[in-house]
Amino acid sequence: MSNRRSPWLVLATLLVYGFLYAPIAVLMIYAFNSSRTNVVFEGIVNQGPCGPFYWFCVLFKNREVLNAAKNTLTIAFTSTVVSSIIGTMAALALQRYRFPAKPFSEAALYIPIVIPEIVMGIGILVLFSTTFTWLNGLLGLTGDRRLSLGLGTVILSHIAFSIPFVTLVVRARLHGFDKSVEEAAMDLGANEVTTFWRVTLPIIAPGVLSGALLAFTLSLDDFIITFFTSGPGSTTLPIYVYGLLRRIITPEVNALSTVWIGTVLIVVFISQRLESRET
Amino acid sequence: MLQKLRENKSLQGTLLISPTLLWMIALLIIPLILTVIVSFGRRDADGNVIYTFTFNNYLRLAGYNTTTPCGDTPPPCFDSLYMQILWRSLTLALQTTVLVILLAYPLAYFVARSPAKWRNSLIFLILVPLWTNFVIRVYAWIMILRTQGVLNGMLGWVLGLLHIPFAPLEMLYTPGAVLVGMVYEFLPFMILPIYTSLEKIEPSLYEAAADLGANARRTFMRVTLPLSMPGVVAGTILVFIPVMGTFIVSDILGGRQVILVGNLIQRQFLDARDPAFGSASSIILMVLTLIVTIFYTRKFGFGEEIAVV
Repeated sequence: MSNRRSPWLVLATLLVYGFLYAPIAVLMIYAFNSSRTNVVFEGIVNQGPCGPFYWFCVLFKNREVLNAAKNTLTIAFTSTVVSSIIGTMAALALQRYRFPAKPFSEAALYIPIVIPEIVMGIGILVLFSTTFTWLNGLLGLTGDRRLSLGLGTVILSHIAFSIPFVTLVVRARLHGFDKSVEEAAMDLGANEVTTFWRVTLPIIAPGVLSGALLAFTLSLDDFIITFFTSGPGSTTLPIYVYGLLRRIITPEVNALSTVWIGTVLIVVFISQRLESRET
Repeated sequence: MLQKLRENKSLQGTLLISPTLLWMIALLIIPLILTVIVSFGRRDADGNVIYTFTFNNYLRLAGYNTTTPCGDTPPPCFDSLYMQILWRSLTLALQTTVLVILLAYPLAYFVARSPAKWRNSLIFLILVPLWTNFVIRVYAWIMILRTQGVLNGMLGWVLGLLHIPFAPLEMLYTPGAVLVGMVYEFLPFMILPIYTSLEKIEPSLYEAAADLGANARRTFMRVTLPLSMPGVVAGTILVFIPVMGTFIVSDILGGRQVILVGNLIQRQFLDARDPAFGSASSIILMVLTLIVTIFYTRKFGFGEEIAVV
């Protein structure tokens, strides 16, 4: 089928792949820069016990970074688990049942996809700040006990924007679902619960898994919603990097990016391996 | 009780959807309503919102300024600043979308027509850049575009070999830098849906077109392109909407030179402390993107391709 391929098409494809990867390559190379200001590549750093990995050592001693990494992962894991469960339930409801709130739910689930993230972000910010001001006044909370933006608000918001995407992915999977397998299970005496755990879930599991992976990616990549819903103690890696970009940038940021990319690649590689072993 | 639930399908559906509805109402619908309410308010001297019913924020966006002087003219006066920002955001989003389609289509086509065993790996290569963080991806472009950056270094080296005098180009903090950054950020979101729709096309359709005497060009125009339109539409939605609302790319690569609606809104909430005006800008941004999206999807419709990201 693909034996008559235009050389122009091959060239265009290579150029676009190059365009996608050149910045990432630059980012990684500059992680080994000996120049502190990181404007010009002055040669490979060789300092201290870590040698060329000097900036990585600096990075791993930086408490702020470690804390931001912890926050990022906490947020991503929690919101992925919750939104996968809730989103799968919604997909089942929308694909299989008729109920009064259905048209409204369908419409509501499309909103986060078709409005810019910043609109949702500032909306949530306005909601939290008005509610917190009101509640703090009402309950007489002061000092440290005051309700404020933090990890909790970020997680709640991440769940909110992930649910529609999980639902979309799981619904696509349910679309081609053969209902007769479930009926067969029921005929053989399984009740609804057993049928769900033993028949339905294993069949839709790949869909749920890719929904979860999408939710995880969205959460890790998110900047805008986190920016508006996080507080001083809940800085995530993207927020931390953004803060650095506005001040000075040392190769530490590049080292951080390199570690980030490496980690993500390892996680994805393992999950793909697991997935291919299952099928 | 349990027996009743077992028979009542409508109740089962409602129970399954209720957590989603709770989340959507609490963190989507109510925030949007609040934003609308705040957008009709005004700020006091400390930056707090006073809930009134005034159209002043919207009038100010439209250029009718009632509070601050426009240059030497005392208020009320006409100031097109915000209209310019809206127009700039809209044109930048359109330019980005068109450029992204032009870059994404050949690649998606190439991958879709590659041997099946390679396709997953080739698509995987599109996803990898997405897993590095959005902010980190913008940062990479600072290193490439700045005056002493990689691109100027390479240009200087090549021209130096040819003995052509070279003065480094000022590329960072220009509208061009913002455009490149936007294209880079959102390219994968166009490639994936186009690829999905191209991959669905039955090879027999190509054979049929060839059997009926269509040449490669005609086959592309009459078969491939129309069948891949759902992917292009889904991709456009996934690219156009975020470009309209993002503020990081323009903030980092545009410096103070390129101000978009996103920057305007962000500043009202953080620096200028005028949430009422920020909310009004946000509502206008939402309406603007909804108009474009509805117009666009009415014309072409969109399907499950949007779910591939």
